Amino acid sequence: MRTITSDAVIEAVASLCQEANFYLGDDVKEVLQKSLEEEVSPPGRDVIKQILANVEIAAGEQVPMCQDTGVAVVFLDLGQDVHVEGGYLYDAVNEGVRRGYTEGYLRKSMLGHPLGGKNTGDNTPAVIHTRIVPGDKLTITVAPKGGGSENMSAVGMLTPAAGAEGVKKFVLETVKKAGPNPCPPIVVGVGIGGNFEKAALLAKEALLRPLRQPSPQPDIAEMEQELLTEINKLGIGPQGFGGRITALAVHIEIFPCHIASLPVAVNINCHAARHRSVTL
Amino acid sequence: MADKYVSPPLTDADVEGLVAGDQVYITGVIYAARDSAHKKLVELLNRGEELPVDLRGQIIYYVGPSPAKPGRPIGSAGPTTSGRMDPYTPGLIAETGLKGMIGKGSRSAAVKEAIIKHKAVYLAAVGGAGALIARSIKKAEVVAYPELGPEALQRLEVENLPAIVVNDCHGADLYEGGMRKYALP
Ligand code: SF4
Repeated sequence: MRTITSDAVIEAVASLCQEANFYLGDDVKEVLQKSLEEEVSPPGRDVIKQILANVEIAAGEQVPMCQDTGVAVVFLDLGQDVHVEGGYLYDAVNEGVRRGYTEGYLRKSMLGHPLGGKNTGDNTPAVIHTRIVPGDKLTITVAPKGGGSENMSAVGMLTPAAGAEGVKKFVLETVKKAGPNPCPPIVVGVGIGGNFEKAALLAKEALLRPLRQPSPQPDIAEMEQELLTEINKLGIGPQGFGGRITALAVHIEIFPCHIASLPVAVNINCHAARHRSVTL
Repeated sequence: MADKYVSPPLTDADVEGLVAGDQVYITGVIYAARDSAHKKLVELLNRGEELPVDLRGQIIYYVGPSPAKPGRPIGSAGPTTSGRMDPYTPGLIAETGLKGMIGKGSRSAAVKEAIIKHKAVYLAAVGGAGALIARSIKKAEVVAYPELGPEALQRLEVENLPAIVVNDCHGADLYEGGMRKYALP
């Protein structure tokens, strides 16, 4: 049994909220750079240049790359041999969000009630996903998620007969329908299998993978590649101004599923594909 | 497609000169408003009351900035999704003489019609480039609804704020045209 204090959790979450919003991952920057070489549309190229310039300004001035600093989505990979001392773990996470969003001059976007409630004023509560894992460590990932891209996400309950073709069609339709709204170039997270809520969570987890790192399963890696090619044929382009770079990557996570079901979830992320982790 | 420089208030002739795909640089005063401020403005219009600002010839920027760091006029300030303002926009254009909107994402058929009928223009700024865009905002002050926090109605002084024309008053749509142009079989 190893002890981690709730204060350590608060501090870690507060820093991660700010770092995630100030610094875009090197993996995303690299893919953006590469996309600039591949984009043929002049307005599309101009958009990617502005995005890259924006990333540098945000990091240099320690300001959020996007004003929508999102819902604070927090993943906790909690080792089963960890004991948290000093307070309730989720309270510590929320205190970290409160401090991070206040100290970092990040926007507070959470309403206390989904139907027209008041702003909670500190961006709490976080949406927390906990996974119990082997070991005596706690890995915390903060993934701020903006509304523009989240709103374009979808879950489909397909029939098994729809198969791989049905899944691809659903993903393509979702991206096409989203058009310019989720601030393309986008990152597409896909969850296939499990059940209704498992598919959605898989799609979110898919967004945490280093950008363009293929799935370890060869058939799924192939589907990721195929979908990326098909999406980039749609012509939506950066910001929807027309172009070849609509998506930077497609990541798919799968899970076994019921004989009668084929759930598929598409979680769209924008180029501000933010997530930051630390292990305590 | 060309670089154009404009300063509100915009006239019909100014708007006619802007075509889909033009890169526009805006200098002068624009107004920041999003969902809740739109709702309040339209409620006033419906009751026949005066608005807190005269929108004739003006441009509204759909933005909910992040808080300003000390010594800065504003925090990050990129566009938000315009579609949420669609129910309010045709009324604002028709009744106040509003000439321009800056946001991101597609507009409804009703908004596009109002843009053509009343000679207005819809522009997009680069979504997610909030830190870059903030550099062209020199001053920000709340003019109404301070209780709305990041959603308050603000008056922004801008210098060469970059945006691109999506829907012009001649009926062209950059999103549709761009997609057609770059789609592959
Ligand atoms: S979709 Fe992403 S980049 Fe666009 S405004 Fe929302 S958070 Fe920012």
